Amino acid sequence: MSTRDQFIIPKRYNTFALALMAIGLLAIGALWFTHGAKGGHEGARFWASLLQNSVFFLLVVNASMFFICATTLAWGGWQMAFRRVPEAISAVVPVIGVICLGILLAIVFGGDHSIYHWTDTHHVVEDPVLNHKKGFLNKTFFTVATILTIGLWSLLGWKMRQLSRSLDEHPIADLEGRKKYIWNNTVWAALFIVVFALTVLSSSPWLWLMSIDAHWYSTMYSWYTFASTFVSGVALIALFVIYLKNNNYLEYVNNEHLHDLGKFMFAFSVFWTYLWFSQYMLIWYANIPEETVYFKPRAQGIYSGIFWLMLVINFIAPLLILMTRGAKRNYGTVAFMAVMIIFGHWLDFYQMVFPAVSPDHVPMIVYDFGVALFFVGLILWVVGRALTKAPLLAKNHPFVKESLIHHT
Amino acid sequence: MSVQKFVVGNFYDEAVLFPAVKKVRRAGYKLHDVFTPFPIHGLDQAMGLRDTSLHTAGFIYGITGTSTAVGFITWALTLDWPINFGGKPFFALPAWIPVTFELTVLFAAVGMVLTFCYLCQLAPFVKKDHFNPRSTDDTFVMAIECTEETNETEAKKFLESVGATEVTVMEKETGWWLGRYDHDTMRFQKSTNA
Repeated sequence: MSTRDQFIIPKRYNTFALALMAIGLLAIGALWFTHGAKGGHEGARFWASLLQNSVFFLLVVNASMFFICATTLAWGGWQMAFRRVPEAISAVVPVIGVICLGILLAIVFGGDHSIYHWTDTHHVVEDPVLNHKKGFLNKTFFTVATILTIGLWSLLGWKMRQLSRSLDEHPIADLEGRKKYIWNNTVWAALFIVVFALTVLSSSPWLWLMSIDAHWYSTMYSWYTFASTFVSGVALIALFVIYLKNNNYLEYVNNEHLHDLGKFMFAFSVFWTYLWFSQYMLIWYANIPEETVYFKPRAQGIYSGIFWLMLVINFIAPLLILMTRGAKRNYGTVAFMAVMIIFGHWLDFYQMVFPAVSPDHVPMIVYDFGVALFFVGLILWVVGRALTKAPLLAKNHPFVKESLIHHT
Repeated sequence: MSVQKFVVGNFYDEAVLFPAVKKVRRAGYKLHDVFTPFPIHGLDQAMGLRDTSLHTAGFIYGITGTSTAVGFITWALTLDWPINFGGKPFFALPAWIPVTFELTVLFAAVGMVLTFCYLCQLAPFVKKDHFNPRSTDDTFVMAIECTEETNETEAKKFLESVGATEVTVMEKETGWWLGRYDHDTMRFQKSTNA
């Protein structure tokens, strides 16, 4: 069987994706009947699960577009051999974006204030801390910012994909035209990066996640969330690349490219730990009650198991397992670590959301894992379809040769 | 220290150098080394060199640094001289992580630099023989070591046939020495003439 340039979705792939989505829907249904329908604090557990999963997977698939734009801005060529993979993953952004938007607005306007305390206007008036923050934490700002954020990600991502696909049928012959094309790409990528910096790197995690603990704040929070989702995003790209390579696609991808993806996974795992520790140590050291209130249930309370487990999965494991050159060039090791990293950062998001929603007991994580499977199935389904729409090699891109002869 | 005979050829193009390295190895000549002004990707694989173990050394130095830092601070602040800092526990691990990190980096960096210098036989006042000074400028220099079975004329012809220019036979010191270049060059000339 020779290598192929056009992805054809195998039947098993579809079945698998649909099965995952079915399990996910069952989990969501079960959660709704056991918790969601009851409303109040019980209902918050249902919405928190949807919030955690939709925000996590939205940020993870959006990290693919960040990967494309960052490498574009750096005028990198090594990723061209598999660039269609992150492109296809970023095509999920509008889909999960709409779901996430629906969930967020349902939580904000649902009339129940168990997750976002700041939505309760009567309470805010009496609460000096929340009253002070109400210029930022209010329903109008939240709604406008969220719609703008998800809309701009989808729009600019669509533009970047269009730019890439426009070359497939209309190659550019002359050097000047190619320079112009690269410049055009650079400008759009820069626009995306600016939007990304104003959203994922600052406002979005504050609004969507940090405002669950509305009294508490940390300036490291958004960077830390970004590192979490970017390393998971690269892991997701690596998984799709390995899957396609195993099925005789992506002829020009070899372990040199895998090595670089492995380096990204290793480096950003360490970067995540750096940010995690920067946040933790300052709060631990200063020991101010209004700040330590965040870490009390997580590091020492009932969530300590998840908290320290995710530190082992997200830091110790990548550090020791992905350290050697051989491990980063091994398809099995990278695939295993990619799954571990995505799971670890999903756990990280779990302990970001739930201690504030369910402070008395740790909810059954199996349900939330089921909800995660819905999003995994959805990502598989949409990415599979997006991959079929364009050849797997952007063969007319001016930098493609650089990727084919890539050597680390 | 020993003086040995080498057949030395110069290359000006990577595209010629790579096939030449492969042909020389396939022909069974003893490839001493290839000297280049800058690192060339893939040349080490083409020459059949094994991966360096410098990173293993670096890892060992690193964990030595980690354990030195944690061990020393633990001993100093919990056993030898416990001090109460703002009500923190004596075993205040988070506060020590930055120091531990710095010491890990320091040990790994200094250890690796010294190991690298040792492996490359680099130190102040240490002298080594050059095949061609232009290998630090604009030329790739390939040296084939002459063994008892090597026919120099044949080797010269072979190097020329794979694209080398200015092929010469040289006697060079393979080890290092402490001293001066001018003095020792004279010594080699004597030994060659004898």
